[in-house]
Amino acid sequence: MGFLFEQDNFALFRDGFLQTIELSALSALLALLLGTLLAAFRVSPVPVLRAFGTTWVTLFRNTPLTLLFFAVTFGLPPLGVHFSHLTFAVLALGGYTASFVCEVIRSGINTVPLGQAEAARSLGMNFFQTLSLVILPQATRTVLGPMSSVFIALPRNSAIAGAFSVGELYSAQQTFSERGYSIFSIFFWVACAYLLISATVASLFRFLESRLAVAR
Amino acid sequence: MTESPVEDSTPAAAPLVVLSNVNKHYGALHVLQDIDLEIRQGEVVVLIGPSGSGKSTLCRTINRLETIDSGTITLSGRPLPAEGRELAKLRAEVGMVFQSFNLFAHKTVLENVVLAQVKVRKVLRSHAEKTARELLDRVGVGAQADKYPAQLSGGQQQRVAIARALAMKPKVMLFDEPTSALDPEMVNEVLEVMRQLAADGMTMVVVTHEMGFARSAANRVLFMADGKIVEQDTPDAFFTAPRSDRAKDFLSKILHH
Repeated sequence: MGFLFEQDNFALFRDGFLQTIELSALSALLALLLGTLLAAFRVSPVPVLRAFGTTWVTLFRNTPLTLLFFAVTFGLPPLGVHFSHLTFAVLALGGYTASFVCEVIRSGINTVPLGQAEAARSLGMNFFQTLSLVILPQATRTVLGPMSSVFIALPRNSAIAGAFSVGELYSAQQTFSERGYSIFSIFFWVACAYLLISATVASLFRFLESRLAVAR
Repeated sequence: MTESPVEDSTPAAAPLVVLSNVNKHYGALHVLQDIDLEIRQGEVVVLIGPSGSGKSTLCRTINRLETIDSGTITLSGRPLPAEGRELAKLRAEVGMVFQSFNLFAHKTVLENVVLAQVKVRKVLRSHAEKTARELLDRVGVGAQADKYPAQLSGGQQQRVAIARALAMKPKVMLFDEPTSALDPEMVNEVLEVMRQLAADGMTMVVVTHEMGFARSAANRVLFMADGKIVEQDTPDAFFTAPRSDRAKDFLSKILHH
């Protein structure tokens, strides 16, 4: 276990850890914004938007994440899109997770009684006012449970970025392996780091759940 | 009180709401059949009839919560717009009260009445709150302003819903079975608010099973069955001498003397 504190190992591990957090946080933000937008598309009265949302979810949710990373990292540059490896990773991971977020939010929207939307519309609210002022705030509470699962899975999925030139935890593990340290002790520290992130996300959601309880 | 427009022989202004030749189907069910209806400013029209006769559907077509298959509906002479900004604007001018109240569960009573004023009518918040408190006082729930809907009785919730609709200063109010979900002892407090509203000259369309309300507050009673307006008359004439067999049958089942 002690290898972590030899040479520059700790700095490498720390940088990987921070990179995982940065990648996860940025992807989470993208997934949340894009996922909410996609959910709005999927329940909108406009057929084109509904079709777009459905297509996105079908495509991104059903494609292995590794394949998406390939598509983004090697598919976009020939089209003239050049970003850093981190940005490509955020796009792949965020776009993938957005499809799950979308479906979670959509299921939450469906738990809000139809009468709430009818009341909002009868008062002259447009589609986006109805959604943002009346439906989504009430859907949030139901959505938190499944949403926490999605956002706990996200940092763990981010390990795939290590194979696409992003210097995060998983790639730190690769370097340590190449340096010949015991596999068991390497994975022990890496697992601890992922556990810390997941536990933090989980407790954040527990906190939100207790704060957002709505009487009905 | 404004002059009662019922049986008014002077040439009235153009009717406020006009439905002409309205048809609607739910699959094979022809739920509205060639409906023609004119509602004048200040008139209180009560829709009665057996379940499934189309009266709620008719009520909901007036603010286009239900679309129609054919025919036209106009409000103040303007046809109902299709989905979009124009429709939202129109809906703000048509108040609606639902059977199940549909108060926003995550907002306080005061917020329920303030929200659309601020977001739709773009009224200043302080002004909207003042209006809201006045309306809540008027319907007798001023003391509940800071509670959440779930903390109120059904009758109180329905009165808040009426205040919420009135806050938009609607031209016409639609009531879709407003007392059907209430405990019997709470029915009257809601009907009383509606009677007051009628007396103040509000144009109202009321779907109800409360024959007492129809008798005392309506200018006109419409009896619907099987998607058609079978009979319409003043409450006195309708309840004492219904003309159609369908209406006679209906009344004999619900009126206990």
